[in-house]
Amino acid sequence: MSQTAATAAQAKEQKKEPWRDPGAKPYIRIENVTKKFGEFEAVADVSLNIYQGEIFCLLGGSGCGKTTLLRMLAGFEEPTSGHIFIDGADMAGVPPYDRPVNMMFQSYALFPHMTVEQNVGFGLRQESVPRAEISQRVADMLSLVKLKGFEQRKPHQLSGGQRQRVALARSLIKRPKLLLLDEPLGALDKKLREHTQFELVNIQERLGVTFVVVTHDQEEAMTLASRIGVMNQGRIVQVGTPHEIYEFPATRLVADFIGNVNLFEGRIVEDEPDHVVIQSPELGAQIYVGHGVSSPPNAVVWTAVRPEKIQLTREPPEGKFNRVQGTIKEIAYMGDMSIFIVQLESGKMVRVTQPNTFRHAEDRLTWEERVWLSWHESSAVVVIQ
Amino acid sequence: MKLGGRSLVIGIPWLWLFFFFLIPFVIVLKISFAETQLAVPPYTPLLQWTQDQYLQLRLNMGNFLFLLKDSLYLEAFLSSLKVAGVSTILCLLIGYPMSYAIARSNAAWRNILLLMIILPFWTSFLVRVYAWIGLLRNNGLINNALLALGVIDEPIVMMNTDFAMYIGIVYSYLPFMILPLYSNLEKHDNTLLEAAVDLGSKPFRAFLQITLPLSMPGVIAGSMLVFIPAVGEFVIPRLLGGTDSLMIGRVLWDEFFSNRDWPVASAVAICLLLVLVLPIILFQRFQMQEAGGSAKRA
Repeated sequence: MSQTAATAAQAKEQKKEPWRDPGAKPYIRIENVTKKFGEFEAVADVSLNIYQGEIFCLLGGSGCGKTTLLRMLAGFEEPTSGHIFIDGADMAGVPPYDRPVNMMFQSYALFPHMTVEQNVGFGLRQESVPRAEISQRVADMLSLVKLKGFEQRKPHQLSGGQRQRVALARSLIKRPKLLLLDEPLGALDKKLREHTQFELVNIQERLGVTFVVVTHDQEEAMTLASRIGVMNQGRIVQVGTPHEIYEFPATRLVADFIGNVNLFEGRIVEDEPDHVVIQSPELGAQIYVGHGVSSPPNAVVWTAVRPEKIQLTREPPEGKFNRVQGTIKEIAYMGDMSIFIVQLESGKMVRVTQPNTFRHAEDRLTWEERVWLSWHESSAVVVIQ
Repeated sequence: MKLGGRSLVIGIPWLWLFFFFLIPFVIVLKISFAETQLAVPPYTPLLQWTQDQYLQLRLNMGNFLFLLKDSLYLEAFLSSLKVAGVSTILCLLIGYPMSYAIARSNAAWRNILLLMIILPFWTSFLVRVYAWIGLLRNNGLINNALLALGVIDEPIVMMNTDFAMYIGIVYSYLPFMILPLYSNLEKHDNTLLEAAVDLGSKPFRAFLQITLPLSMPGVIAGSMLVFIPAVGEFVIPRLLGGTDSLMIGRVLWDEFFSNRDWPVASAVAICLLLVLVLPIILFQRFQMQEAGGSAKRA
């Protein structure tokens, strides 16, 4: 009984996370793809599997090659070397209009001389779809993106959020198996962006489309993605779920790019399979990490500690590891939490966030106060590069 | 102070138009209602004191009636419109691909190509038309070259034909088609075409559905700039066209300088203006719509 429950749970898990199943067939296979513009390598030897129904985010700073990779999926650029397979078919030489892929452009690229209705129906008009069916499907799509009543508007008569939804409707009308989204929320203000994020995920789940999203906004990637591929200088640095990327960053760059992080340089002085001890002059204390680290002895490593995982106390905490004293230099009250910048003896500034659990906190920590910083042995991550 | 500056800025073009457009127009209008006489100036005044104390205004409608009666003028008008229309279409057919190619070339090339379009303006218009005579006449460059190559046995008559006239007009007015078209096409957002192709449209269909409709303001502006001056064109038909090519500009010239019939010539000029004002008004209205649209967009 419990066994069947366990396998069912496992099956469900695997359905939700197909990349964990070695037997699952990827929907998109990117094999050693390189794209050069002259001498410049925009995308360098990227291999990636993306599965049906995923929202896969390509995340990275500007010029990291994420948009070039997306444009290669759409067919606007051809790889210099390597192969892209979509649904098992090699996409080499297949023009954009013959790919089972649609794209939502960063600028939306709505046709300014067409009405909302004509824009959304454009994809269907390119094929011999009967007129009645076109208007039916356009109407359905417009109600899906909540734009009923706007059929006859021109794009310049719409707000930014409405334009974004027209662009989404237009790119979904042909029922593509794969939708490419280039910074889909980039042009929206913060409030609207949060709202639209969830709407986007809803629509994706309802239609079962695979999304590949390009973004430079880590927050957007975290909320949207089933998996994130972090890119830097044309290469994929790490692929993982938002949780994995945030809690177990593979490199310093990933740790730094996703969220805020405090990095302490140090050397491993005690290397055991179940724990390591790191001597960090920068921190001015020894760091105890509750997991083994595969690194050459005496190598320079960085310990990454997220601001929210550090506790601030006036009294010295227990134990002799993972604790250090400092002086509060800056406090930023954010409402739900406060950000403290604490200066250590070494001069290093450490960022700490503390939730504002109580409305009337008496005896609040204040500027120039001496405090103890400490964290649990499982909170820190050691990165080598 | 602010008001003064503003009136000055607006006032200068107003004064310009007043002195160099409105006043000449009123003078021409006045002459068109006068009668010819052998005198200096060669027309009668409109206002005259009669023997008593009456100030008499005499409007002679005869000139306009004469234009209607004599079929020469109507034919000249129609043939001018036809020549201008055909030239405009030819300019559009040649100019559109050129503008498109320039707009699509990379930035360094673009300026060179544009310069090459504008370059002919640096020589006198008349010199360029005479150069065409040198090319087209019976013992001109083209005929001599073809004769030398043995392609033809005797020179092709090109000078003083409609063919030569169209070449001259299209050649002279092509830049006026290309420049507004280019400035429109150059602003086009390439991602619109990418979006169209992404949605399943083959490149040529994407051009027809996206680029062509969006370039209509440029097409209309260019066509106006070619059509309007081409209707009244005088020099090119005179120099390149045949003696039988009937253009209203030529009729106008003959009336003024050969017949010295200023009133009839003025009437022709007024009618020409009326014929041309209509498309200008249409163009203006179109531009207003465009401006309204983009204002809303902003």
